[in-house]
Parts: sequence; structure tokens; C-alpha cells
Amino acid sequence: MLEIKNLHAGIEDKGILKGINLKVNAGEIHAIMGPNGSGKSTLSSVIAGNETFEVSEGDVILDNESVLELSPDERAHKGVFMSFQYPVEIPGVSTTNFIKTAINEKRKANGMEELPAKDMLKMIREKSALLEMDRKFLSRSLNEGFSGGEKKRNEIFQMAMLEPKLAILDETDSGLDIDALKIVANGVNKLKSEDNAVIVITHYQRLLDYIVPDFVHVLYDGKIVKSGGKELAHELEEKGYDWVKNL
Amino acid sequence: MSLQEKLISSFMVMENRGKVDLDSTVHDIRSEAMASFEKEGFPTKNDEDWKYTSLKSILNHDYSVFPESESAIEFKDVKKYFLHEIDSYKVVFIDGVYSSFLSETTHDGYDICLMSAALKKPKYKMVIDNFFNKIAKKKNSLTNLNTAFSLEGAYINIGKNIVLPKPIQIVNFYTGNEKEILLQPRNLIIIGENTHVQIIERHQSLSSNVVLTNTVTELFVNKRSIVDYYKIQNDDVNASLIDSMYVQQKEHSIASVNTFSLGGKLTRNNVEFFHEGEHVESHINGISVLKDKQHVDNHTLIHHKFPNCESFELYKGIYDDASTGVFNGKVIVDQEAQKTNAFQQNNNILIGDKASINAKPQLEIFADDVKCSHGCTIGQLDESALFYMQSRGIPAKEAKALLLYAFGNDVVKKIKIPELRTRITKLIALKLGVQLGFEM
Repeated sequence: MLEIKNLHAGIEDKGILKGINLKVNAGEIHAIMGPNGSGKSTLSSVIAGNETFEVSEGDVILDNESVLELSPDERAHKGVFMSFQYPVEIPGVSTTNFIKTAINEKRKANGMEELPAKDMLKMIREKSALLEMDRKFLSRSLNEGFSGGEKKRNEIFQMAMLEPKLAILDETDSGLDIDALKIVANGVNKLKSEDNAVIVITHYQRLLDYIVPDFVHVLYDGKIVKSGGKELAHELEEKGYDWVKNL
Repeated sequence: MSLQEKLISSFMVMENRGKVDLDSTVHDIRSEAMASFEKEGFPTKNDEDWKYTSLKSILNHDYSVFPESESAIEFKDVKKYFLHEIDSYKVVFIDGVYSSFLSETTHDGYDICLMSAALKKPKYKMVIDNFFNKIAKKKNSLTNLNTAFSLEGAYINIGKNIVLPKPIQIVNFYTGNEKEILLQPRNLIIIGENTHVQIIERHQSLSSNVVLTNTVTELFVNKRSIVDYYKIQNDDVNASLIDSMYVQQKEHSIASVNTFSLGGKLTRNNVEFFHEGEHVESHINGISVLKDKQHVDNHTLIHHKFPNCESFELYKGIYDDASTGVFNGKVIVDQEAQKTNAFQQNNNILIGDKASINAKPQLEIFADDVKCSHGCTIGQLDESALFYMQSRGIPAKEAKALLLYAFGNDVVKKIKIPELRTRITKLIALKLGVQLGFEM
């Protein structure tokens, strides 16, 4: 589904990603771990299409097509979703209106009719229940005044609504207490199918107890220095990130 | 001949033609106003209040001052300019002349009718003597000019204990039958005690010929009354507007003036509130959405003279292309006006590379036991918010519009007439070039 080939990217002259290679198939969960500043968030931003970062070499291929020339919204229409580490507050736009707009724009781009209001409402009800969200958040301005945990839950709610093919969860566990973490992880697991894939980006192994990865990659200084199964996460937790620096 | 000279001679013509009763007190007021205008002339950029707005480009025209012919308009052609979804009283003028055909006035229980009649007929004399030109600023030369030529406009006098069953629309149309026209509507609105009234005012040019409107409205709000006033400014690119609004409020009254500046070439709004009693509440809101070379100047004044009053001011501006804006918000709190709450906020977003805004909050507080605040921001669109929205599949243009929309919505949601709120929402969407899938 996703293939990243020798990806180099950075801000202006500063290189951050220095040759990433990664292949993700449908039905798989990949975890990307690494110390601070290793390029984890840059990688997710580049896949999502954030123009702050410049790609100098390599390619990002989704379903056999390069997406580097596509705008973030066009990538979203193709099924890419990124859950933000720091979700942005949008004053004046309610969560409901925001998600309605997003879903209908995606449908429009894929040649579909707008989702009838009745179906939209039903879907919102189901998905917010899945994330055990307080319904009053839906009518409030998106993320405005939400706690860290509420923002993250809202991200996964949007993911549930948009049903992406490829979901990238950027540090979704940060700011979550253990109960919220379980709810969010449970939500992600329920959305997981044979047709979609998830990339979990995290600093700690904790989240991976709940979202169990098929593969774990260790990112260090802009490169994947080690890949393995889920046991690699435990090994990292034990030995610490200093261990990877010497790999 | 300069416009000023032309106006001076037109004033003499007006007197000689017998258009006005030379023995009336109104005539004295007009003459005095004309004398002031003759002395002061049009304001220039040397005047502190006109520092950022130049009238030069709009004064340099050979305006007709009195339209030669009366024009008719079919309702179907102008229906869209009315808030036609709901029933309303209408006072409509075409090129400055009252249109009985398009209007729906009344004398049943209260007066919603014409200034020309009120100024002439003896039965209105006492009201005119008590209210006409009583709060309009004598030091404002454009207001004086309007006073000198005040012949027509809306006259609204609603007695006490009345909840008006429907809003009043005051609409001024310009046909463009004259190549260049100067119009000076004058409205007088007197609201009795414990009465509730909603008014919508609009100036609309129906052609691309040049029009300059210099309008003055005096609004008197008596005890415990509630008045909401809405100004829709979405005119043609060759239409300019100087709108001066003077509001006097007595105790326990609540008044709001809401200005939506979405079109026109040059717009200058003066909105001034004077408190004449305790426990008064004033709301003054505005939103400007401008593009190309449009210019809007919002000058506001709230004068707190009595204790225990409140004022809330919120102006927002969105400036694209090379459009320019001015916000000058003055709040005066007299020494006697203890326990005043006065809040002012002005937020602006510049989208266009050449767009600019000059913002000047002015607070003059002479009382010590008050709560006053003001905030002013000038910014650009939040790039991280744009990326966030795009990453969810909302294209850049729509994302931008949605953000701007949300930005302006604080003002739009204050509109108390739902149909008008919908209308303004649509006008702003149109201006931003998007269609929203929902109503905010």
C-alpha cells in the first residue's frame, strides 16, 4: 500500500530525514519508535504533505502512485490520515461542522454524492460512542479549550469518521491518561481491517501494549536503524535509546 | 466649480425654489448647518479624524444634488435587496425620492413614514423641535452638510409599550439615471419607553454610475426600550457612503448598532452613542470583508456619562487584495460614570499582500471604579490550522474560507433576526468565493 523509497527531507538546508525506506502492506500495523529529534514527526508530516518540509530525494508511493506532488487534501482524499501530536484549535467551527465538511469534500473528490444528513448523524452517533466521547464536545469549537486527552480522542473520532486507508498516529499517546489510552487504542483496533494500515509513531512502548504492531522500526538521526517484530519494542524499553545510537 | 461651491449655490436654489418653509425653526437649523459647512468645508487628511481616509477621489465629481426626474422600479427587479423572507415595514426611496409603490408605511398606532412630511406638517412640529438635529454632531462638517439639505428620509416614531410586530427596512435605491449623484438621506427615529424595535438599513446602487451618499440618522431610545439596528453595506464598486449614526439612550435601555461592510468603493461609518441615564447597555458591532481597492473606515464613540452602564464593542475585519481599513474606537468614561463596564475588541486579518489596516483604540477614562478593556489584533491566517484542515481533506480555498468565516462569526451570530443572519452569512460566503455545506 505505502512505499517510502530513500526519502530525504528537511527544512531549508537542514536535513532531517536521511534516506528512509519503508514498506507497509494493507492489514499491517507498523510502529516507528525513536528518541527525540530522530525525525519521527517529520516523517509523518512529509507523508501527510506538510509543505514546511522540503523533499530533496526519494519518493512516497501510495497504491503505486507517487503522492509527493499532491496537496495535503488530495492525499486525504486518497485515504491518508494523520493524527496530530498537537491538534490545532479552530475557534468558531464546531467538531460536527468540521467533520461534515471534511467527509463531504472527500466524497466530492471521489465522485460521490454528499452523505445525507440522516446518515451523517447516525455515523457521528456511532463513532462518538466508540470513542466514549461526551456529546457536548461535538457542538463545541474544534479542540478549543479541550484537554490534551480530549484532543487526542477527537483525532481518533475524526479518523473513525473518515475511514482512512492509511492512518498515521503521531504520538497519540502523549497527554493521555491510562483510561483514555485504552479507549483510544480500542477505537483504533476496532477500525483496523484487512484493507487498511496503521503507522503508530511513539516514543514509549506503553501504547504498543494496546495497539500491537506487526513490525517495529527504530528511527535514529533520520534513518531506520533497526526493524523487527513487536519484541523489539520491549527490547528498546529495556535497553533505552542509547542502545540504538551505537547500532 | 468645486463641489463645495456647487453645494453652496444649490442650497440657495433650494431656498429660492420654495422647497422649504423659510419661517420654520427647521430652516434656521438648516441655515446654521450650511454656514458651518461653508466655513469648515469637506474634511481633509489634516483632520485627526480623517487621517487615514481621503475623500479626494470621491469629491472630484460633478454630482447632481437634486435629481431631475422621478424614477420607477419594478419590485421583482429589486426584491433580492429586501429581506423579503419575512414581513416588514418598508420605507423606500429611489434616487432620494420616496417610493410609495415599494413602501409599506403606517400611521396606525405609531408613525413609520417620511421625514419630508414630518418636517413640514404642523402636527409633527413639537417632535421635530424636540428631537431634530439634537444629537447629530455640530462639529462634523459632513453631518452639517446633511442637515442643510435634509429634505427626505425615514421618520419613525414609536410610542411606549409597543413590541413592533415586524422589523422596519429603510432602503435607498439609486437608479443611475443621473450620471453622478449626491444623496443625503436623513432619518429620525424616536423610540418610546418600554418598546422593542428592529431596523434594517440598506443603500443600494442599481447601476455602475457614480453615487455618493452622505446620510445621517438620529436614534433616540427611551427608558427600558430595546432597539437593534442593522446596516447592510454591500453596494456597487462605484458607490461610496458616509454614514453617521447618533444614538441617545435613556436609563435601562439596550441598543445595538451592527454594521456589515461588504461592498462599495469608500465607506465611512461614524457611530456615536450617548448615555442619558443609568443602567444603559450599548452594543456596537461590525464586520468588514473587503477586496480589490475597497476602503472602510469605522469611527465609533461611546460616551459614558452616567454610572452603572455597560458597552460592548466588537469589530472584525478581513482585508484581501489592496483593500484598506480603519478602526478608530473611542470610549469616554466621565468622572461621574462610576461602575462602568466598557469592553472593546477589534480583530483584523490581512490576506492580501497590499492590504492594510490602521487601528486606533482610544480610551479616555476619568472615573476610577470602572472595568474597561480593549484589545486589538492584526494577523494573518494561521498556517498550521490550514494544514490541519487540509490534512482532513478540506481543500485550501475552502479551509481558508472556513477559517475566515469562523473568524467573522462572532459578529454574525449576534444578529437577532434569523433570516437576516442567513442572508449575511450568504453574502460573506459569496464575498469569500465559497459555498458552505452548513450554516454557522
